[in-house]
Amino acid sequence: MTLSLTKAHWSELRKHGEETFPHECCGVLLGNFEEDGSKVVQATVRCANQRSDSPHNRYVIDPRELVRVQRQARERDQEIVGFYHSHPQHPARWSKTDLEEAHWTGCSYVITSVLNGAATETNSFELTGLDESKSFQDEEIKVL
Amino acid sequence: MKILIPTPLRPYAGKQASVELPAGSVDEVLRELTSRYPDLRKQLFSDDGKLRRFVNLYVNDEDIRYLQNESTPVGPNDTLSIIPSVAGGCLK
Repeated sequence: MTLSLTKAHWSELRKHGEETFPHECCGVLLGNFEEDGSKVVQATVRCANQRSDSPHNRYVIDPRELVRVQRQARERDQEIVGFYHSHPQHPARWSKTDLEEAHWTGCSYVITSVLNGAATETNSFELTGLDESKSFQDEEIKVL
Repeated sequence: MKILIPTPLRPYAGKQASVELPAGSVDEVLRELTSRYPDLRKQLFSDDGKLRRFVNLYVNDEDIRYLQNESTPVGPNDTLSIIPSVAGGCLK
């Protein structure tokens, strides 16, 4: 599948990771699903990383914030199409923890590597399958 | 009352973003929902019948864990949101 987003959205989620460095940032991607399951991002929403005990290598978004964001999306005729977070001093590849904690099948999980405070690589992965059979599939990012 | 279905669960709920159901307790509402859409049951509950740990339920803006859990009443004008958790991190 493909994740399409504007240059502004691309820059915004990378900038967020630089601003929170050395901690992980996190946020939600709002937009629409195409017929084939591809996603088009219409907005990015910054969220606070609630993992105050280990924010440099863990993130969690407050579900209450997700409820609010989901409502906001519905009001704009959009949907939650994915999430983003950063990996400070780590590659832009999903970790075992990322997979274990991922539950939004069909959505994109975008990861930006931030090295010494500067965003480097950004990759997207689509969550497929359920439970023991779930996995992340590499996904093309189209910057419009 | 209205129940909001998150994106990943819509394929199991007739592709609908929301479902209107009669008011009742959270437990009653979920029972009615999964009776209409049986495929949702496995998504929401584990084999022992308990709500899966990553499934969050909010009545309007309140987490049911801080209300009366699954006995929390849901009025005709209330909204029940099903929100799977979002977490992770770079360390394995």
